[in-house]
Amino acid sequence: MAFELFRQFDPVMQMREFGERMNRLFGGFARPEPWRTAEYPPLNIWEDADAYHLEAELPGLKLEDIEVLVQANEVAIKGQRKPAEDQGRTWHRRERTACSFERSVRLPVPPAGEKVQARFTDGVLHVTLPKSDEAKPRKIEVKA
Amino acid sequence: MAETTHAARRNGGGPVRTDGDADYYLPDCDIYETDEAMTFEVEMPGVKPADLSVQFERGVLTLHGRVDKPVERRLLLNEYGVGDYYRRFEVEMEVDAEHISAELRDGVLTLRLPKAQAVRPRKIEVKAG
Repeated sequence: MAFELFRQFDPVMQMREFGERMNRLFGGFARPEPWRTAEYPPLNIWEDADAYHLEAELPGLKLEDIEVLVQANEVAIKGQRKPAEDQGRTWHRRERTACSFERSVRLPVPPAGEKVQARFTDGVLHVTLPKSDEAKPRKIEVKA
Repeated sequence: MAETTHAARRNGGGPVRTDGDADYYLPDCDIYETDEAMTFEVEMPGVKPADLSVQFERGVLTLHGRVDKPVERRLLLNEYGVGDYYRRFEVEMEVDAEHISAELRDGVLTLRLPKAQAVRPRKIEVKAG
């Protein structure tokens, strides 16, 4: 069966409390994988010839709950994950965390601030930061 | 609520399993019970409703969300992996399977498993003797 590897019961899952979960998110265990991060939300950033692209997974939020700020070559993302309603509920698992977050990253060169675009689809934030003309690679003619 | 998966996190953890081209991640999940139902709220950012499969068979709930592999790109910062979500639960409760409802919004699946009438709490009138 394709998913046989998954079929292993882990008692730790049953006992995880909110606090433990936070520790995990904010650097509880050391792993060498590149996606390990101590800050929320984790970010992926890449570039092409025209722009930098930034992505973050923010499930359950709305675009209006997220702030994207660009100043010089710094990009900041701010927002809040609101706590779940509690009344009349018996919890069996609580892995989704509530928190306020703010992260900023520095790009190698400042983006063209007025052309920055953000969209939010299926819980994923995507920010396109076009490079200013000075920052774009230029093809230099090589003369014989 | 027993679970038949590994514990590994999407945030701060790699894929729980890699199968050929596909990576599988364990989605974060809240589960709560009320008098009427057991509700799952599962985070699957990037999954569209058409790419989500929810199966409930003989007390086993299987969730599988497909996410397209991103195009080849040069990452300047690489803090999370992107791939499918997969998670299974054994639900030890009598479920009114006819009335299970599922909704996927902003990357969060809300799945409601109503309790069978027989297992819902009932208020018993106490008469004066």
